[in-house]
Amino acid sequence: MDMNKKYTARTWPESPEKTTLEGKNKFLGFWLFLGGETVLFATLFATYLALKDKVPSNDHYLAADMFELPLVFIMTMLLLTSSLTSVYAMYHMKNHNYQKMQTWLLITVLLGLAFLCFEIYEFNHYVHEFHHTFTSSAFGSAFYTLVGFHGAHVVIGLGWFTLLLVRNAKRGLNLYNAPKFFVASLYWHFIDVVWVFIFTVVYLMGMVG
Amino acid sequence: MAHETTSANPKVNYEYRRRKARDEMRGQVTSFAMMIFMTFIAFIIVLADFDKFYAFPILLVLAAAQVVLQLYYFMHMSHKGHGTAALFLYSGALIAFVTILTFLTIVWW
Repeated sequence: MDMNKKYTARTWPESPEKTTLEGKNKFLGFWLFLGGETVLFATLFATYLALKDKVPSNDHYLAADMFELPLVFIMTMLLLTSSLTSVYAMYHMKNHNYQKMQTWLLITVLLGLAFLCFEIYEFNHYVHEFHHTFTSSAFGSAFYTLVGFHGAHVVIGLGWFTLLLVRNAKRGLNLYNAPKFFVASLYWHFIDVVWVFIFTVVYLMGMVG
Repeated sequence: MAHETTSANPKVNYEYRRRKARDEMRGQVTSFAMMIFMTFIAFIIVLADFDKFYAFPILLVLAAAQVVLQLYYFMHMSHKGHGTAALFLYSGALIAFVTILTFLTIVWW
């Protein structure tokens, strides 16, 4: 199959991400990867839950002293909205509207970038305001490993989208790059799935007690 | 092949596919609205200062519901051909559950 064949909205297949063998393989391989990612994050959540508020002395701040609802709320809204914008991008991908797909992916990247800025502000705030660092306590190590790993996923997701957009800027949408965009958007949704558990388990449950 | 799915003949059912995609997108926006709504409820529960005996289960159910929407609608798991994807993901989720259960029960210092 000619991967670089030109398509129009009318000749574009219904499931472009799974039309080629490479696309099918990517799709399957990526879901296997997401199963592995689930386990990876589970180990970090388990460690965090076991070590939450475990500090060497009374002068260390605990979860309920540090976390602030407004900040977490803004970050949650940003990431959730970015998940919807990447759904819009895939909607236009399936309709073979390359320009709109690029636009929505760009919005997704900007929202992700805003999320990242808030996270950097948050970490910086904890370090300087509460002396809550990676090495200050078992609680600190577990917290930064879990939330930081998620943040690193956001960075990778942003880099992935950006590279795809730059590399395919002039190529147009075809069966070569459609599976690539699709898989990247799956990754982005998975990042939001993990964040749902982080804002629930780490922040909300951390503030309740 | 006579029994090919609709994807084999995109020209004929173009209008139908457009309409189907539009309807699906409307469903996506609805699930987004539900996710936002559940997020609001979750934050309100924390603001309202419920006892954790009540708050924890509600928060976890809200999170699980949001994740189901995310997986089945945003990530299209409700579509055909996601059997193996579900097998991979749920295998991971099973190990995840057991791992967290273990750490919550045998780590006690």
